[in-house]
Amino acid sequence: MSSVNEGADMSRPDGPVVLGIETSCDETGVGIVRGHTLLADTIASSMEEHARFGGVVPEVASRAHLEAMTPTVESALAKAGLRFSDIDAVAVTAGPGLAGALLVGVAAAKAYALGLGVPLYGVNHLAAHVAVDQLEHGPLPKPAIALLVSGGHSSLLLVPDVAQDVVSLGSTVDDAAGEAFDKVARVLGLPFPGGPHIDRAAREGSGAAVAFPRGKLDDGTLDFSFSGLKTAVARWVEARVASGETVPVADVAASFQEAVVDVLTRKALQACARYDVKDLLIGGGVAANSRLRALAQERCDAAGVRLRVPRPGLCTDNGAMVAALGSELLAAGVEPSSLEIPADSSLPITAIHV
Amino acid sequence: MLVLAFDTATPAVTAALHDGSRVLAESTTIDARRHGELLAPAIERVLGDSGATLRDVTAIVAGTGPGPYTGLRVGLMTATALATTAGVPALGVCTLDALAYAADMPGPFLVATDARRKEVFWARYGDARTRLDGPRVDRPHDLPGNLPVVGAGGRLYADIIGPSRVSGPDHPSAGALAALAAEHLAGLSPDQARELARVPEGRVDSVEKARELAVLGPARPIYLRRPDAQIPGVPKKVTA
Ligand SMILES: [Zn+2]
Repeated sequence: MSSVNEGADMSRPDGPVVLGIETSCDETGVGIVRGHTLLADTIASSMEEHARFGGVVPEVASRAHLEAMTPTVESALAKAGLRFSDIDAVAVTAGPGLAGALLVGVAAAKAYALGLGVPLYGVNHLAAHVAVDQLEHGPLPKPAIALLVSGGHSSLLLVPDVAQDVVSLGSTVDDAAGEAFDKVARVLGLPFPGGPHIDRAAREGSGAAVAFPRGKLDDGTLDFSFSGLKTAVARWVEARVASGETVPVADVAASFQEAVVDVLTRKALQACARYDVKDLLIGGGVAANSRLRALAQERCDAAGVRLRVPRPGLCTDNGAMVAALGSELLAAGVEPSSLEIPADSSLPITAIHV
Repeated sequence: MLVLAFDTATPAVTAALHDGSRVLAESTTIDARRHGELLAPAIERVLGDSGATLRDVTAIVAGTGPGPYTGLRVGLMTATALATTAGVPALGVCTLDALAYAADMPGPFLVATDARRKEVFWARYGDARTRLDGPRVDRPHDLPGNLPVVGAGGRLYADIIGPSRVSGPDHPSAGALAALAAEHLAGLSPDQARELARVPEGRVDSVEKARELAVLGPARPIYLRRPDAQIPGVPKKVTA
């Protein structure tokens, strides 16, 4: 136990192996990393069970986590070609997220740490979204700006050091960006989750067809608001239907999407300029959106900012991101968590680990 | 035999170690909101108190409820994960059975625990080891009449069931849970215990399935209620 807590060498091929567990929403994610090397990333999703409810049902997600956890851990071990005895530390999302869902993961992680006699690291879900990029693109420049967008969060972070120091610059004041995608998808008769369906429909439409409002665009803050946009789309569609016209789904999807990614990228680059940071990282499920990636690249190029976006599988919630942050904490010589840590559904970003 | 047992299906977070003839150590804390924080340290404590390690444990047994789900899952998740690291079976015992066993009443009686939402989880017993009916979830008003009621569900609704019927311990103890499990494990080979822990197809979440449970089974939750969730209708209008 002591050898892994003295500042591990991340480049060592025999570096410490970290098991990461993520259950903050509907995905039961289990990842295994050695230093910055990803060995396994296994996910069981209960999304199909939520689809007919049009959103994630916390109790359904919690039940599914309990069912899926041990098979997912065992399949991750098998994929990595490892045994339980090879695990040197266990990391787990302690928050933020759905309280009941988090609690299943935290209970599992404590049991694995206790059963294997290895240290436990309770970590922050948002910081883990940042740390995961290092598995794909190597060490994160210090400092970096991170834009995290998903169904659960929309945050702009200043990241001087992902293991030690993360500062919140702004976040949504109402809906998360991904939530707006889900709600607009419903208005347009597209399935849940809305993100991929809107993205697909938008490819056939014009982002300039309807001038939807951009919330908080030039208010001087780095906060977001998507509730007004969502309502504007619903009103526009209703008016069309009321006057007996067909709804141009592709154009509405493209115009809505354009409004969202315009605000996201504009504010992200404002943050880079304001803090004189030359590296922008985008993570979270919405980072898989093709228009967000394209516009972010365009605006980063124009501003001389380097853009980092992990591949889609690492953007959505997963266990690898938790293992990656755990590995980072281990390397930084951070004290392990106690077996008494709570799951905290509103864990602030100032708590990178608990 | 060394049985590590715990239960988180009620406000009691309770863990114990049992060697087949007696309880070696037990730890119980009453705190309905901190199951996730209290259980792992309690397990560490009972192991430490009896000078044992997880390597010495031959079976892990958790209370399967019924009980408020968030707490219940902490115990079952812990049992399942610990068991895979230790290479021992994770078994489950209905929490109400453990309470009945602890109450040790000679004649017929009920066990009832708090199901919240003005309901109780309950079962009817012929004696300490024989469940005749349940587990079910109902309003205290609907409990079968005249039998003594063991458990906090009875005490909580004493004004409805009649104060004279309130009886026995309020909460289960892991010591009783372990002792009951040990009685059943005594007659089983390690392979038979492993077979009992095997999870059957489909989830144990209906009243019918719960009633069929043997005393010792897989470490799976008895939920008795479906998740609260509404299938949405057409989107509601935003224009007045
Ligand atoms: Zn996330």
